[in-house]
Amino acid sequence: MATVTTPTPVRSPTKAKMRLPRRRQEIGKAGWGWTAFVGLVSMVYFFPVLWIILTAFKSRTDAFAIPPKLFFTPTLDNFVSVFYRASISGGSQQTDFPLYFFNSIFIAGLSVLIAIVLGTLAAYAFSRFPLKGTDTYMFIILTTRMMPPIVAIIPIFLMFRLTGLSGTYFGIILLYTAFNIPFSVWLVKSFFDELNPEVEDAARMDGATEGRVFFGVCLPQVLAGLAATFVFGLILTWNEFLFALLLTGVETRTVPVAMARTLGGEVGVDYGLLAAIVTLFLIPIFFVTFLLQNQLLRGITFGTVKR
Amino acid sequence: MAATSPDLRADAGAAPANGGFLGWFLAPERRGALLVTPALAVLFIMNIFPLLWSFGLSFFNFRANRQGVPDFVGLRFYERVLTDDDVWQRFQTTAVIVGSSVVLQLIIGFLLALMFAKEFPLRRILLMLVLTPMMLSFVSVGVFFKFYYEPTFGLVSWVVNHFTDERFVMLATPAGAIAGIVVADAWMWSPFVMLLVLAGLVSVPRYLYEAAEIDRASWWRRFSTITFPYIKSLLLLAVLFRTIETFKLFDVVYIITSGGPGTSTETIAVYVYRMAFQFFRTSQASALAYIVLFVVIVLTSLYLYAVRRRAEEVS
Repeated sequence: MATVTTPTPVRSPTKAKMRLPRRRQEIGKAGWGWTAFVGLVSMVYFFPVLWIILTAFKSRTDAFAIPPKLFFTPTLDNFVSVFYRASISGGSQQTDFPLYFFNSIFIAGLSVLIAIVLGTLAAYAFSRFPLKGTDTYMFIILTTRMMPPIVAIIPIFLMFRLTGLSGTYFGIILLYTAFNIPFSVWLVKSFFDELNPEVEDAARMDGATEGRVFFGVCLPQVLAGLAATFVFGLILTWNEFLFALLLTGVETRTVPVAMARTLGGEVGVDYGLLAAIVTLFLIPIFFVTFLLQNQLLRGITFGTVKR
Repeated sequence: MAATSPDLRADAGAAPANGGFLGWFLAPERRGALLVTPALAVLFIMNIFPLLWSFGLSFFNFRANRQGVPDFVGLRFYERVLTDDDVWQRFQTTAVIVGSSVVLQLIIGFLLALMFAKEFPLRRILLMLVLTPMMLSFVSVGVFFKFYYEPTFGLVSWVVNHFTDERFVMLATPAGAIAGIVVADAWMWSPFVMLLVLAGLVSVPRYLYEAAEIDRASWWRRFSTITFPYIKSLLLLAVLFRTIETFKLFDVVYIITSGGPGTSTETIAVYVYRMAFQFFRTSQASALAYIVLFVVIVLTSLYLYAVRRRAEEVS
């Protein structure tokens, strides 16, 4: 064959990509009967989530009814009371939850964005210009992510107290940026590793500068991967609890902390209200789970398991 | 042809080289280091440096709620932590929760994967329903299960009350509380194991099954000689990954039981949290945290070893 003269690429990303369509055919097929069975099991598995969503639409008496009610007149009261509560004077007053939702979105969004920019640069370097000891760096980076947050939180708490960073947006965003960098580096590197380096070499031969190779050739090819990384980072940060619990103040509190505080008052916990908050909190997660279904495994294992 | 590539690379480096320091700074051989630095800098400031700090602290007698100069105590806290019965008991609790949760996740995840290892109508939507728990926040999951375990109007108590007349309080006994946490954690993370097993199942070539059918191999033989070899490396990854993650279990415990009744569900993470932020034994907590970190580093290197071995198998 004519390919004898071309050097074999070190990585063989194309091989992995070509195998996929063949594999799809190898999955067995089943009909609607199987759908019915799997649907039933899935509904059972999904039931805890479903019940919370139903509870969110129940009135106070329905929510605490015994036996539990599956059919009831839905009401939006709980959702209203997430945002407004009746004040003593008879009017309604805004709660702090809009602020908490804003905080969750703002802190997660900004920190993930910074982490992805820094992480992509580093991932590109690790993938294309390996340093001495790249493996060691990658290991250390992964360890900082695998490490229980409780190990890191003690010194970080002291550090934040000394520097006055606790309770500020700057502090928590910086911390979450560090929290997201390992994940971005590993995940984005796994996308860069899949590219065919010959394409880049061809661009270099055509006289493209290194900057053009990065922005014009590599980056467009991993754009989908970057989007997936961004969304994953958002979810992880959006869900984070321990750091937020200890390092945010009244002004910067995020939704998970606010939820835990609502739950804190052991007696007479308003589960209807909590269910409404959880339901609102769920909406973005549904979208993500649906859109990124094929990338979930890779995202959650930081790119170490691709498929 | 081969000569052009290095030439152009040299050009790219040579152009800024006229710019003195900047040229030296941007030279091609430093490019990798340059791109890596910002990310590593943030990691160093927010992760590595604090860890070194707390490593230092673990040798001093320091309490975050007291003033004054801490005195050097050497390895005393490590000695105290390692010989403390309380600590071992927390490690045992953690081991019980991790062990039972991971086993449960493997079983449920495997069964779920068998269900989804086929192409059928509406598969994508049903898969979404099953995958959702994994994407939820620990706090949400904690809220769910606390609500279901609630003695007076919780679903679990309601179901159990059909069989017994006694008031059923799930979280009142140590065994019940541990079971409650394990169920919540396993429910949340079985989909993860499912995804890994699914990846293995779809990679089994169909002709092997067809050949087995011709040979009339039993179900068990088909599983042990065809399916299992294809999924075993992924199962190992699943076990290691979930062990590392469950080892950190904090949020769910904090929300559902806060370690109770007594200290029966206090995992090592909750224990460190209490020690550091309720009793302010900062140094002792740091020492214990370092032991935990060591365990995680060992597990992480095992995990990466498994990842590499699988990568070799696949290619």
